[in-house]
Amino acid sequence: MSNDKIKDREPLFSAKNIKLLKNPINLDNPISVQVLGICSALAVTVQLKPAIVMALSVTIVTAFSNLIISSVRNTIPSRIRIIVQLVVVATLVIIVDQVLKAYVYDVSKKLSVFVGLIITNCILMGRLEAFAMAQKPWPSFLDGIGNGLGYGAILIIVGFFRELFGSGKLYGYSVIPEFAFKAGYVNNGMMILPPMALILIGVIIWLQRSRNRVLIDKS
Amino acid sequence: MHSNKYILVYSTIMVVLVAVSLTFVAVGLKPLQEDNIRIEKMQNILASVHINVLPKEAIATYQKYITRVIVINNQGKIVEGSDGFTIDMALELKKPADQQNLPVFIATLDDGKMYSIVPVRGKGLWGPIWGYIALTEDFNTIFGVTFDHKGETPGLGAEINMDWFEKPFEGKQIFDQQGSFTSVRVEKGGAKQGDIHAVDAISGGTITSKGLEKMLLDCLVSYEVYFKNKGVI
Repeated sequence: MSNDKIKDREPLFSAKNIKLLKNPINLDNPISVQVLGICSALAVTVQLKPAIVMALSVTIVTAFSNLIISSVRNTIPSRIRIIVQLVVVATLVIIVDQVLKAYVYDVSKKLSVFVGLIITNCILMGRLEAFAMAQKPWPSFLDGIGNGLGYGAILIIVGFFRELFGSGKLYGYSVIPEFAFKAGYVNNGMMILPPMALILIGVIIWLQRSRNRVLIDKS
Repeated sequence: MHSNKYILVYSTIMVVLVAVSLTFVAVGLKPLQEDNIRIEKMQNILASVHINVLPKEAIATYQKYITRVIVINNQGKIVEGSDGFTIDMALELKKPADQQNLPVFIATLDDGKMYSIVPVRGKGLWGPIWGYIALTEDFNTIFGVTFDHKGETPGLGAEINMDWFEKPFEGKQIFDQQGSFTSVRVEKGGAKQGDIHAVDAISGGTITSKGLEKMLLDCLVSYEVYFKNKGVI
């Protein structure tokens, strides 16, 4: 009996669990494949630092809301499940917002309403409804981390290019040397406006699909 | 299917748990957040006299350059017993004009000149807007300004804290040649070239621009006597 139980228990990082972590980063990416969470991806990627903080915040919120909802999934009355999910997400988002205000005040001001708007991020409710309500806590937690990282990866890539070409900086430090500006180089003003973020995400989607044939919609 | 009673009890417990945890977080982090707000205020005051510092240097730089903080009433007389730095302009502006406590931050820069920095606060389109106005030793010419806002529309009203909007205020005068108070107008369609009492408004941000103009008028008028007396007599 006890042997059976041990056999049934799969290792913490089994192939299936690793897949939960890795899939959302590429093949099942919330932004570039599922096209969710675009709004904040356009808004907070002018610079790398807010993009990284936003990526971390979303990862923490998706991971822990998945974990919490999955742990109590059998007790949640189905009639109020969306409300329960929202309350959990909102609580986590408020905690993250308060922590950001206390420790990285300048970034928190740049992110402004977008931290609060994590609550309405489709990725979160999507993962809770589609995954955490039906799966065990550990896989749910990994799924949350994976989706957060998938979202974050795109944010960081977009933030990298926008800050580099839009302000000539990376993480707030100047990287384009002074002589380049003297020789006539100018920052691309378009980069710091939201439309350029959309174009960059478009380019990422294009590159990703040209590398992964499975993503191409045959119909 | 869960019964109504179960749902009621479930949601009650959930809400109480959430409330308790949020309270702990909010109370625990409050001192740190208040420090950040104080430091930001110091940065804003310093920015109005063109000193831009990082948060970690703000306190030392503030103590170096802001040599005196006085609190006056609208008759230009010093009011004793209150700390100018902690005065909340939002509360003061609700009081009748003759009971307001008005702080003045006096900065002495490296060139030895003294500048009077006064806070302003008003309403934008979506919420409060505020700022600091630094006047040169003639108590008339604007040396520098800094504005900020709670939640004006990005790209429109939110532009009030951008350099291109703040820079034109420099050199403008708040008293006309006869010496009567005029404030600085924020003109829709652009200020006339050479007008020393007006700056350009923001296209698409008319309500914020008008709010800012009203803020300057309402707040600076309280300091009129102080400015006319060229300081505290």
